[in-house]
Amino acid sequence: MNIFQVAYKNLLRRKTRTLFTIAGIMLSTWVLVTLLGFNRGYEQSLNENIEGMGFQIVLTAKGCPYEAATLMLKGGTGLRYMPEALVRDVAGRAEVAAATEMLMHAEFDPNKGENGGTIVYLGIDPQTYPALKPYLQFNQGEWFDTDSAAEVVLGYEAAELEQREAGDAMLLPGSEQEFKVRGVLKRTGTQDDGMIFLPLKSAQNIFHKTGQLTMLGLRLKQDVDQTAFEEELYTLPDVQVVSMAQVKNTILSLVASAKVIVLSIAFIAFLIAMFGVLNTVLMSVFERFQEIGILKSLGALPKDVFQMILIETTLLCALGSLAGIILACLFSGFSEMAIRYLLPFAPNGSLIIIGWPTLLFAFSSITLVGLAGGVYPSLRAAAIRPLDSIRSAE
Amino acid sequence: MPFIAAKNLTKIYTRGAEKIHALQQASFAIERGEIIAVTGASGSGKTTLVNVLGCLDNPTSGSLTVDGKIIFRDKLKLSETDLTKIRRSIFGYVFQKFFLLPTLTVKENILLPAVFQPGLRANAARLTEILQMLGLDKRANHLPGQLSGGEMQRTAIARALINNPSVLIADEPTGNLDSRRSAEIKNLLLELNQKQKLTIILVTHNPELAKIGSQTLELKDGIIQ
Repeated sequence: MNIFQVAYKNLLRRKTRTLFTIAGIMLSTWVLVTLLGFNRGYEQSLNENIEGMGFQIVLTAKGCPYEAATLMLKGGTGLRYMPEALVRDVAGRAEVAAATEMLMHAEFDPNKGENGGTIVYLGIDPQTYPALKPYLQFNQGEWFDTDSAAEVVLGYEAAELEQREAGDAMLLPGSEQEFKVRGVLKRTGTQDDGMIFLPLKSAQNIFHKTGQLTMLGLRLKQDVDQTAFEEELYTLPDVQVVSMAQVKNTILSLVASAKVIVLSIAFIAFLIAMFGVLNTVLMSVFERFQEIGILKSLGALPKDVFQMILIETTLLCALGSLAGIILACLFSGFSEMAIRYLLPFAPNGSLIIIGWPTLLFAFSSITLVGLAGGVYPSLRAAAIRPLDSIRSAE
Repeated sequence: MPFIAAKNLTKIYTRGAEKIHALQQASFAIERGEIIAVTGASGSGKTTLVNVLGCLDNPTSGSLTVDGKIIFRDKLKLSETDLTKIRRSIFGYVFQKFFLLPTLTVKENILLPAVFQPGLRANAARLTEILQMLGLDKRANHLPGQLSGGEMQRTAIARALINNPSVLIADEPTGNLDSRRSAEIKNLLLELNQKQKLTIILVTHNPELAKIGSQTLELKDGIIQ
């Protein structure tokens, strides 16, 4: 027998209390792992979404910059339009490496989901758009040949929702014309998955927006000073200049306050774990006052008693954090669903990314914080005089 | 030179302004293998004497020598750690209330003192010997709650013996037992004394048990009569 076994058996004495303490630490660890995973996942997904746009700058009709940012990332209703002529000369400027014109349209589809939903259509130029989005690959088929063909390309999720494959025909809302599904894209994890792409001219015709655009996407040449170029674009009338870097910063600044709350909750989780452990172990030391004194009269040194109580604390913390980590991993999908429901904007991709560094940090920090909570009770136990405990029994 | 020599041992407790002389100028000698019975009325200083003798407490003054080693000398106070180190190398303790750990089996309770002395951890042969000697070999894996009072006290005695102490201090070892179990413990102590040549210091109210002592220290108001 060794001191570890003695400590372990001490924990078994009050099984319910031990279980509740472990449950407390487990919940704290769960919260910590989920919040740290969210902290990492949200930013990473946002970066991927913005990089997935393929543009450095987007020109939209004048309006609220936040609305424009949402349009970029999510698609949306209440869209504003600008004339093609207004932005066409921008596409031809020397600083621009590639440009593509787009017309977005959102339509309510009563057949989408249980209560209906919005379907986002994007009219694109098949000559320029694919070059700016090289990561878009096809499961079936290919891009349409001309910008006025009666054809569509479906994003991965859109194809699943519409139950269409390449070669199928489909009717678009408000149009009597039958469109042929020319291709189905592979999953990208971006907003493109839910999109229905069609040639720009066809989109302008069926949505009655002839000569109008929602966006112009620009990629600049490598040595161009982006900030200076954006400054020049600001002089254009009735055009909103949205830099993707700005979009990211805008969203990150919007969620910065949420992050402060997240980290505060994580800190509270730390404190709950620490005080939970302190309370449990201290109670256990008080209850075993006599017994600890007897151990000392049998030859246990103060350092032995300190070590024994600290081992009990370590076992509680290690088991609790391990259980919390398992719980956080098992229920990360559920947590992500809840976060998506609560947040006004959540990028596509994994919102909670739990990696080994997160797990190791959560395990070691909760265990260390719990141990810190166990130091005071351990010192109290080590200071018990055998004589006092024997007298208390008389 | 006697195995244990006490000279003018005095213990004074202070309670507020009041000074309580729990032990006054106690001087005596104990030879190796002797049984000493410490008797007296409640509050006479019996427990104070064995606490000082067993290094659970420092005396206020006086000196104590065990096996030629000076444990206490006038005005020299030992720290808690030093007291423990001396205690565990010389003494084994048996208490009236057994103080067995409820979650540990008989075997584990007996091994408890060895847990805190690394050199003795693997002493399985000593455990088997003690279990057989005290008739606990069939109860080795039982929990204290499954034992009779006599078996619990025998377990406590076995625990006191596991580290091969030179002196066994038993404070009212039959205080919680009926007459049949008390006689059983008395015989066991006699057997340990005769077979192992163990020095035993026995605090008791029980005149029958006191009779096994080769020397009796009777205390009254902290003074040996």
